Amino acid sequence: MIADTMRMVKLGLKSLMLHKLRSCLTTAGILFGVASVIAMLAVGEGASAETLKQYREMGVTNVLLRSQKPEETQQSSASSMMSTLSYGLFYQEADRIQNLLPQATVVRVREFQRPVMRGENWGQTMIIGTEVNFLEVTNMKVHEGRWLTELDQQRQANVCVLGERLARMLFPLENPVGKTILVGIEDRFEIIGVLEYQGRAASPNGTTLDQCGFIPMTSSRRRFGDTVRNPLINRWEQVELHEIKVKLPSTAEVEGAAAVLDQMLQGEQVHRNKKDYEITVPLELLRKAEATERMFNLVLAVIASISLLVGDIGIMNVMLATVTERTREIGIRRALGAKKKHIVQQFLVEAGVLSALGGLVGVGLGMLVPYGIEKYFKQPTDIQAPHVMLAFGISAAVGVVFGLYPAWRAANMDPVEALRHE
Amino acid sequence: MAATAAAGAVATDEDARVTQSAERTIIAEFVDVHRHYVMGKNVVKALNGISMQVRKGDYLAIMGRSGSGKSTMLNILGGLDRPTTGEYRVGGRDVSKLNDDDLSDVRGREIGFIFQSFNLIPQLTVLENLEVPLFYQGRVGRESRAKAEYLAERVGLGKRLEHRPLELSGGQQQRVAIARALMNDPLFLLADEATGNLDSNTEKEILDLFDDLRPDGVTIVIVTHNPKVAERADQTLWLKDGQVEKLVNNRTAVAANGGHP
Repeated sequence: MIADTMRMVKLGLKSLMLHKLRSCLTTAGILFGVASVIAMLAVGEGASAETLKQYREMGVTNVLLRSQKPEETQQSSASSMMSTLSYGLFYQEADRIQNLLPQATVVRVREFQRPVMRGENWGQTMIIGTEVNFLEVTNMKVHEGRWLTELDQQRQANVCVLGERLARMLFPLENPVGKTILVGIEDRFEIIGVLEYQGRAASPNGTTLDQCGFIPMTSSRRRFGDTVRNPLINRWEQVELHEIKVKLPSTAEVEGAAAVLDQMLQGEQVHRNKKDYEITVPLELLRKAEATERMFNLVLAVIASISLLVGDIGIMNVMLATVTERTREIGIRRALGAKKKHIVQQFLVEAGVLSALGGLVGVGLGMLVPYGIEKYFKQPTDIQAPHVMLAFGISAAVGVVFGLYPAWRAANMDPVEALRHE
Repeated sequence: MAATAAAGAVATDEDARVTQSAERTIIAEFVDVHRHYVMGKNVVKALNGISMQVRKGDYLAIMGRSGSGKSTMLNILGGLDRPTTGEYRVGGRDVSKLNDDDLSDVRGREIGFIFQSFNLIPQLTVLENLEVPLFYQGRVGRESRAKAEYLAERVGLGKRLEHRPLELSGGQQQRVAIARALMNDPLFLLADEATGNLDSNTEKEILDLFDDLRPDGVTIVIVTHNPKVAERADQTLWLKDGQVEKLVNNRTAVAANGGHP
């Protein structure tokens, strides 16, 4: 049985070698179809996987409220040139949110840029003033030492937890825990812990959590106040909180909570008529991204099917030509005892070999392209085994289906006529 | 009258052989075979009531002008076509009503085809061509290879097993075709103008090969329009208008002709 199949495949290859160029071109049709499907899916999957990962890291049960600078009218801009611009969320609002959503975990976040220094090592980085719950809400872990405690908050202690990158920058050779660093010009902070590597953004400006230092909210307020100078427009801005993170017990409550929060904030006198905050619901973004991904995949599937179809039509075309050309051979084989099924088998195997060869080389090329994209364009890609098998399977299966008609025509020739064919 | 005496001796010899033939097995038999084609409104009666027998060991030539029904008879003898009415028996079994698959088996097991244009499969080697008939019987393996080697040797092409048909001369190709026809141990060889594409020297070689094979018990039916080819057979069946015109015993005919072929 296996020997017979091998024999059929060998025979198929021999017959295909009769027209090398034609067979190669037909195979190329399938090859590029399969390769493009695999490459497209890998690139698409890579891009969406990255986005989905970002949204998941933001926390699917979180609602994020972020201060944003309101758009200024010309009048206000002119009049406030000398004054301090005040906008955004307030300390008090976090308490009100906690009262409104008692089941939620609420975390205040304050961000500011400061130079940090340890011996000869220094750099400008982002210091985050925050609370005990921050770790839970952002789903981070302590690598070494400990995280901030309630006691640190009450004492307004000068303690700091370092992100992994910051720790390595300031302490390339020693263990940071227990050492002190200089934040800003005059404030010394004791390092109490180092976080695990995260590899994700802390704020929209692109700083990663790993580059940040974390200090108690109370200490940040006492040492550094609420006003910062915006270096771009040379103006003082007063922002109490840059972000309030609200973590809910389950995804089911997220959308309701987001609506309630928006309503609450819009009701506040201070936020009226100026959009100085923004609500982000990672879950919503995630769902949208997933919906987009599904749509994208559907479009890809359609394009893929079309390109495979074109390749397979090529196969059918070539097989029809082959059958006509080899009418005499069919007659000879029939005279020597071949049944119709033998003839069908023979031509199906040829169609199958064409499409399988194209499919195999296509799989190779299709996996090489994403590799190249990743290497030279630094785009993440993701080759998934089911996609590869799908592309290969469809091409091989459809190749055989499209080979059926030519094979059927070959088998149903009148042997007498076929033998007479020149 | 030495010539006559000699001829008489030959005739007696042949007579003995013909008498013996009555005892030999019938391997192929036409019983009132008709083959009609419908061409528009007309019915063409290509074969119109033919009865004949081929016995084991026979060497029979079928002759006739074009349109006499030679080709139709060849197609039915070869199991490529079926009679409209009448019976065609191969090895005692009526095959005229068989379905396509069973008729294919008859072709594959009982009949060895030899064609005018050799009809080897160009992309296969000599060895592979020889194995084709057994392939469809599911009998390809070490034995088929040994048999192919034996038969290639038998037709004088033992060293050409790995050659492609187009690398061989016409005569050599026809030898391969004859070996191929013998691969399945058929009841009879059916040759269609087997020497029609060959020059006269090669034609003689091929006909000599047929003679060579006869002691092995090979039965040969050859359809031809070439009297020189037909003369080499024991008997010639003449067809005319789809009927048997006459059956001539070539050995006695040769004798009557004064021993000159």
